[in-house]
Amino acid sequence: MASSPQRTEYDLVVIGGGTAGPMAAVTAKQRNPALKVLLLEKADVHRSGAICMGMDGLNNAVIPGHATPEQYVREITVANDGIVEQSSLLAYAERSFDMIRQLDGWGVQFQKTGSGDYDVRKVHHLGEYVLPMPQGHNVKKILYRQLKRARVEIENRYQATRLLKDAQGQIAGVFAAHTRSEETLLIKTRAVILATGPAGRLGLPASGYLFGTYENPTNCGDGHAMAYHAGAELANLECFQINPLIKDYNGPACAYVTSPLGGYTANAHGQRFIRCDYWSGQMMLEFHHELEGGNGPVFLKLDHLAEDTIAEIERVLHTNERPSRGRFHERRGTDYRTQMVEMHISEIGFCSGHSASGIWIDRYGRTTVPGLYAAGDAASVPHNYMLGAFVYGAICGESAVGDIAQGHSGAVDEDEVAAELVRVNLPLQVADGIPPAQMEYKIRRLVNDYLQPPKITRKMQLGLQRFGEIREELPLLSAADPHERLRALEVHSILDCAEMAAQASLYRQESRWGLYHLYIDHPARDDDNWFAHTMLYKDARGRMASRKRPVEPYIIPIDEREREAYRRLRVEGAAAN
Amino acid sequence: MPITINRSSVPVVIDEEKCIADKGCRTCIEVCPLDVLSINPHNGKAHMRYDECWYCLPCEKDCPTDAVTVNIPYLLR
Repeated sequence: MASSPQRTEYDLVVIGGGTAGPMAAVTAKQRNPALKVLLLEKADVHRSGAICMGMDGLNNAVIPGHATPEQYVREITVANDGIVEQSSLLAYAERSFDMIRQLDGWGVQFQKTGSGDYDVRKVHHLGEYVLPMPQGHNVKKILYRQLKRARVEIENRYQATRLLKDAQGQIAGVFAAHTRSEETLLIKTRAVILATGPAGRLGLPASGYLFGTYENPTNCGDGHAMAYHAGAELANLECFQINPLIKDYNGPACAYVTSPLGGYTANAHGQRFIRCDYWSGQMMLEFHHELEGGNGPVFLKLDHLAEDTIAEIERVLHTNERPSRGRFHERRGTDYRTQMVEMHISEIGFCSGHSASGIWIDRYGRTTVPGLYAAGDAASVPHNYMLGAFVYGAICGESAVGDIAQGHSGAVDEDEVAAELVRVNLPLQVADGIPPAQMEYKIRRLVNDYLQPPKITRKMQLGLQRFGEIREELPLLSAADPHERLRALEVHSILDCAEMAAQASLYRQESRWGLYHLYIDHPARDDDNWFAHTMLYKDARGRMASRKRPVEPYIIPIDEREREAYRRLRVEGAAAN
Repeated sequence: MPITINRSSVPVVIDEEKCIADKGCRTCIEVCPLDVLSINPHNGKAHMRYDECWYCLPCEKDCPTDAVTVNIPYLLR
């Protein structure tokens, strides 16, 4: 066992090579080619992250002639029950179109009309923001080419485990462990951009298969845990991500592709019960009502569509994002032409891409820790999707380059380094203990038992008690090899996220965001007391704490009728139960 | 506490006739996001070592000899 980590130094370290990370690293190098920039990736950047098999479309494209940034900000403000930092949404929306053109210039193919315009479709309740990418399977290849061109240095198969700060509280280093050897690494740096994706291994999928998650299961909340331990604040974690998915397969069905072509979510009678298939908490609540009521189960209905349309849907859905959908249906003999596809709801997670929770950032991508930035599904900008990850990746890259030019960071705390080395190596030294998969299963099963909405105070308190007991057992984690050490350290992150999910949910004593924070003990929305962000952080004594952060005054006003638009999703005449 | 091994049916199947890992190819092993593939020490071919599959398909799509088939994991089928 190596008694000390290898040491190296960079100006900027980007953690996570999926979507936001490569964009952040490339942008930083473009802004200042003299900077030493490292992209650290737990898997391999060729095929890592949520878009390892590409993406079938942009879900939030703000394209002139179809939508304006102001309209987009209004839509997401309303879809997210008002709890947004509009300046962060606007910063995204104003750069959305330029980013599309940048990606287009890099070779990403978007669907265009006969006259060469972007072929934008309507899925949201109010505006048009969906731009299909039927050839979107090659996005990762295109990003990789740009990383090489910009001379970003890449370290694959390194798992970042902790962020380190100097005596002034500025980011000063990253501790990392190799996933295929016992090596550890201490990277001295002046800035870190977290692009670690969602916490997608939090709830247990209904199948019971640990890795059968909605999210790419590499995205297990490492970034959320690292940010928390570094003292950063995390926002609105009680606004869980819960998505409507193909039952058992647990991937998107996918309404954003099928809805513009005439597909829709239906109940057991084949009837439409929601007006709009855009994923919001309110939509998920209607979905939940239908599933639990006499009209369930819920299905994706395509069997009324013409052959050409179905063939097009198959071509897109079975070659992009989650292409194994096709073989899942084939094995069961499910044909879109003749049968509806059974749907279900996903396990819970944290993911700003689809909901609103994550490491708090402002419109410059800055967290509450100097020198620490976050982008993509890990950060707090709501409903950000892939294009938001690209835009905030670029924003973080620019901000980090600017801030690095201003200041410097001091030495890391060597006691902290020594303690982290012990934590990281311990699982390899425990011969008789708990294998990571077993402990992970237990935590995630308890997450389902106690935290899955509808939320109940007593249940969440019991959950916290169980998580506390498991925390005592963390030193028993036993790893047979470096791969199992990777999993053991992920278990630490998953447990941190489970506790954060319970703490955040108990703190917000109202119900909001439809199913995402449906709190039985506090069933009504309470704008008088809870029209605020909730911020979770580690207090001075090392305990998990929460506080409110006022919602900044709207820069784009929302009128009364618009405000309630997402509360009128149920199709009239389709009773909830 | 003592530890035992439970057997599992795994989703990734390698056609050993087609696999050229014994000639140095590591493509499927390198692209797997979950790092579940490795070299089988008995024959030098790729195999699925850890039952942690997201059925995402890079291993199958990037294999230069079409030796990899990803099935849907048994629990989900």
